[in-house]
Amino acid sequence: MSRGMGSTLAAPAQTAHHRDAVGAKLGMWLFLFTELLLFGGLFLLYAVYRTRFPSDFHFAATTLDPLVGTVNTLILLTSSLTMVLAVAALERGRRRAAQAFLAATMALGALFLANKASEWAAKIGHGLFPRSGLLLDRTDGENLFYGLYYGMTGLHALHVLVGLGILAVIWGLLARGPRRGGEAAAERGTERLGSEAAAERGTERLGSEAAAERGIQLENAGLYWHLVDVVWIYLFPLFYLIS
Amino acid sequence: MEQRPLNGYGTYLLVWSALVVLTAVTVTVAGLHLARWSALAAILVATIKGSLVLLYFMHLRREAAIIKVSLLVALLTWTVTLALTFADVAFR
Repeated sequence: MSRGMGSTLAAPAQTAHHRDAVGAKLGMWLFLFTELLLFGGLFLLYAVYRTRFPSDFHFAATTLDPLVGTVNTLILLTSSLTMVLAVAALERGRRRAAQAFLAATMALGALFLANKASEWAAKIGHGLFPRSGLLLDRTDGENLFYGLYYGMTGLHALHVLVGLGILAVIWGLLARGPRRGGEAAAERGTERLGSEAAAERGTERLGSEAAAERGIQLENAGLYWHLVDVVWIYLFPLFYLIS
Repeated sequence: MEQRPLNGYGTYLLVWSALVVLTAVTVTVAGLHLARWSALAAILVATIKGSLVLLYFMHLRREAAIIKVSLLVALLTWTVTLALTFADVAFR
């Protein structure tokens, strides 16, 4: 913190554009903790009811296809890889590579949602949904299993959807990054060679100001995406692999 | 801003490979039907996978101490809630 303030004092021209990378990161993590406890509460509910109705949970889980779950797990894990590669590419100033990795992440996220949607559609087609006539004739434990299945994977899918929106916004910011960053740096007449050189080179590299800001945004979006991946890492065995 | 060490692309590929292998492990172990040990094994493997994502993909390794400590507090809070819930449910 004090180091950050020191560098601000050393370059007074920058105070108007002061960024606090550590603060931005900490803020994102604080939000992630609330997400962790939101899903944590649901996992708690799952744990209590599974210990209470173990055989019902095992029986109900036989309708879930482990293959679909495994494929979706691999899709989401790979999307986490492309996400972190996007961050790594931008750290090295490779904006276009970062955009390409980001696009791959979004494509994989969309694929995950498409699989999830077809899975839900099949379940609902078989009459397996909360308060359906079929389920009302079954045991309490089975009803709880399907309630938790729809509730937890549904909330998770909603998070993937929100993540896709965030990534799309970041992709758009990256797409127009160099013009804004480069021009802004040139207009301010900043004496730092880095950003002027960047403005001259124009297309490939971001101005250093904009680059730092995009870097923080991209990394925070990545943190959210990875957290959603971590939640799925637990959801997968607890729902698909217990039959 | 302080200089942070950068991970190479290779590190991330390696972590991803480990995650894929662990996914295969958890599917295989579940197929063995080890009764009550199945759930424990599944949670154990998931925790290893989650830790890999946190440490490498979410860069927790190179993060400030305050973030690591905060995460531990959040996880501890959840664990205490879990313990208290089961203490309640078990003796009802």
